[in-house]
Amino acid sequence: MSEGVKFYQIGSRAVGNRLLDESLRTGQASPDRQNTLNSGHRACQGCGEALGARYVVDAAFRAAKGKLIAVNGTGCLEVFSTPYPESSWQLPWLHSLFANAASVASGVAAALKATGRDDIRVLAQGGDGATVDIGLAAVSGMFERNDDVLYVCYDNQAYMNTGVQRSGATPPAARTATTEAVGPRPGNLFGAGKDMPRIAMAHEISYVATATVAELHDLEAKVEKAMSLRGARYLHVLVPCPLGWGSAPADTIRLARLAQRSGLFPVYEAENGEVTSTLPIRGQVPVEDYLRPQKRFAHLFGDRPDTEVLSRLQLLADRNIARFGLLPEEVH
Amino acid sequence: MDKPFAITLDVRSSLANHTGSWRSERPVYVDGLPPCNHACPAGEQIQGWLYSAEDGSYETAWRRLVADNPFPAVMGRVCYHPCETACNRAQLDSAVGINSVERFLGDEAIRQGWQLPAARPATGKRVLVVGAGPAGLSAAYHLRQRGHAVEVHEAGSKPGGMMRFGIPTFRLPRDVLDSEIDRLLATGITLQLDTRVNDLTQSMQQGSFDAVFLAVGAQLGHRAYIPAGQAAQVLDALSLLSTVSDGERPQLGRAVVVYGGGNTAMDAARTARRLGADDAVVVYRRTQAQMPANQVELDEALDEGVRVRWLRTIVEIGDGVTTLEKMRLDADGVPQPTGELEQITSETVVLALGQDVDRSLLDTVPGLSIADGVVQVDDTMMTGCPGVFAGGDVVPAQRSVTVGIGHGRTAAQHIDSWLGSGSGPPAPLVDLGMPVEFGQLNAWYFSDAPHAVRPRLEVARRVSDFGEVVGGLDVDTAVYEARRCLSCGNCFGCDNCFGVCPDNAVLKVETGHGYAIDLDYCKGCGLCVAECPSGAIVMEPEQT
Repeated sequence: MSEGVKFYQIGSRAVGNRLLDESLRTGQASPDRQNTLNSGHRACQGCGEALGARYVVDAAFRAAKGKLIAVNGTGCLEVFSTPYPESSWQLPWLHSLFANAASVASGVAAALKATGRDDIRVLAQGGDGATVDIGLAAVSGMFERNDDVLYVCYDNQAYMNTGVQRSGATPPAARTATTEAVGPRPGNLFGAGKDMPRIAMAHEISYVATATVAELHDLEAKVEKAMSLRGARYLHVLVPCPLGWGSAPADTIRLARLAQRSGLFPVYEAENGEVTSTLPIRGQVPVEDYLRPQKRFAHLFGDRPDTEVLSRLQLLADRNIARFGLLPEEVH
Repeated sequence: MDKPFAITLDVRSSLANHTGSWRSERPVYVDGLPPCNHACPAGEQIQGWLYSAEDGSYETAWRRLVADNPFPAVMGRVCYHPCETACNRAQLDSAVGINSVERFLGDEAIRQGWQLPAARPATGKRVLVVGAGPAGLSAAYHLRQRGHAVEVHEAGSKPGGMMRFGIPTFRLPRDVLDSEIDRLLATGITLQLDTRVNDLTQSMQQGSFDAVFLAVGAQLGHRAYIPAGQAAQVLDALSLLSTVSDGERPQLGRAVVVYGGGNTAMDAARTARRLGADDAVVVYRRTQAQMPANQVELDEALDEGVRVRWLRTIVEIGDGVTTLEKMRLDADGVPQPTGELEQITSETVVLALGQDVDRSLLDTVPGLSIADGVVQVDDTMMTGCPGVFAGGDVVPAQRSVTVGIGHGRTAAQHIDSWLGSGSGPPAPLVDLGMPVEFGQLNAWYFSDAPHAVRPRLEVARRVSDFGEVVGGLDVDTAVYEARRCLSCGNCFGCDNCFGVCPDNAVLKVETGHGYAIDLDYCKGCGLCVAECPSGAIVMEPEQT
């Protein structure tokens, strides 16, 4: 067969491709993948975080040639994977407190350094609550000291484990248990919250990246890139939550895709505080397409759509698109 | 008791926790019906052979193709490809060029000398096929594959029927046709040329045949009374095409009028241009919307300078001039005369008003019924005479080579089961069930890829010779075109289901579809279904 044809039926967004060499498929396409997060965990149907965690930790495990230690903050991921005495983790894994995953990981890295085991790598992970709110001081300290840790935040935009309370990563207008859809301004406030990836960038650490569970090639490449570097690194992965978002379990990946295509979740990477690449939007959609399938935004689509709030959300997306240059000409 | 403080249990794997018990629906791999397969009159499994072509396994692809249709190289030139009309990819960018890939496979087979599969062991049954056109040859091939002894009796001096006498060489070169017919006959089919069957009962007894397939076609040009002057040259389109395909080059003059709006009219007009007519005018009594000719044929004819006079009938053919009457469509779309006349120059008038079935043989068959000029058959393609089946242009259906080939295949299946040779009930020509719709696919995953256009001869060269107009794809463009297939309803191994399961509950296996669901852990979220590009997985309720 001719080697001249660079078109392989399914595009570069699929997990695998029988027409491509195995080295060009994702790690997740391999029947020999580690499954660092094993079956039998108690995450909800269609959990984005369980999926994202396996994607990330498998890729890091591969990059570290199997010599990887994971430290976990408190949250869904910790709870659903390790109900005493079971564990779903197929690698060394530690959990201490809600706030201190970054600090514990710093300690593990220091211990490895002290014992001369710099072949063993350290990954810390937590949800948006443990990262953006409760553990922010520890994360920031780890960044400032440039400890040799890859910190991964699985962002599902609220405290899902304890019953969907608002976090610093909850988007404006979203309904949570603590920002109910009542009153003249239903849902979460505009103008509040924290943009954690840009906070990480402000520390000028060697590598900061965002990703979603919808773009696996992109996500794996970013984990690999992060693992090729030393010092503090930060990866922020959007992981839709069917329970907290009020979405169908089967829509988890679709919603992650729509978040990126609408511009509400910009996907990019930065080195030493400067943005170095972005994932361009292919097929831009209005924010409404992303919001409408989620019950946490149902109050925007009552008898008649709340056009004022929708246009404010669209402005946020437009601002991301402009800030990161997400729409360069025509993209396929 | 050497456990740490406050620890009383040993660490266990979460594999002990069978989350499959949460499930109320389970994912199931299916083989959906691709719209191309559904639309193919010849019953080809198009998505299946494209799948093989996608990784360059051309011989495998060709073998899958000829399991249903032994004429890929002919099909790739003359089929009007309803598969492409049905193709879901049209809703993404443009339809997959199925026909061009089919032609590539057909030509490759001729280049490489690939042979059709050998017939199965002899059944001892004998079948007579009357007529060596597309339907007859297709039936002969499929009957022979099933192990029956087949004799084809053809009244003409060459096999091929309308493929040879009705289709001009610039659409179907004769060496291509001969290659495919020779290869088909080489499977052990006896062909008797110049053998007209006049009395079917007698022929059956003489040859001790157990069944008959009648495929005598429709070669009689439909007659219409048009007053014509003594010196006017009036030809029948089929006779013209047949004469030219024999290598003759009749003088038609500089101005030729073709009367009719079907594919034969287009072929006749294009042939007239090649015979030297500066002006070839098609006269059709209705508008383009009602025209039976295929759009591709009309477009190619117009490209070659053929003109069309819509809403006209011929009232008189004089010497060097033909009188037309303008028509108008009434509220029911029926053309009505207006009384307005006009004259156009014409040295020859070619009539292409449809074709009729020659009844001389058919009237000798006891029990066979003819209505509207065609033979009536039941669902199994059997006529009123037991053991006598019919297909192709003699039965009521759209008349095309592809339909004829499909009839031959279907009839062969029914003849086979009628002969009781134990192959089981015939597979339906068109699978039952609804074809997969575009909305069932996850089109996000298919990168945009524009249609590979086949090279065409320059117009100036086209009208000066009878060389083939449409070229073939090369290896690169053929594999590219095959890979544009969206594989509607059928797994093509993209690993999405395997990758997107949050519970690692999709397994890779060696059997079946290559994947299996681990029901111990599948929670039934449906992510594998939602992210399957080709719609090859569905959710089914659990039975409890």
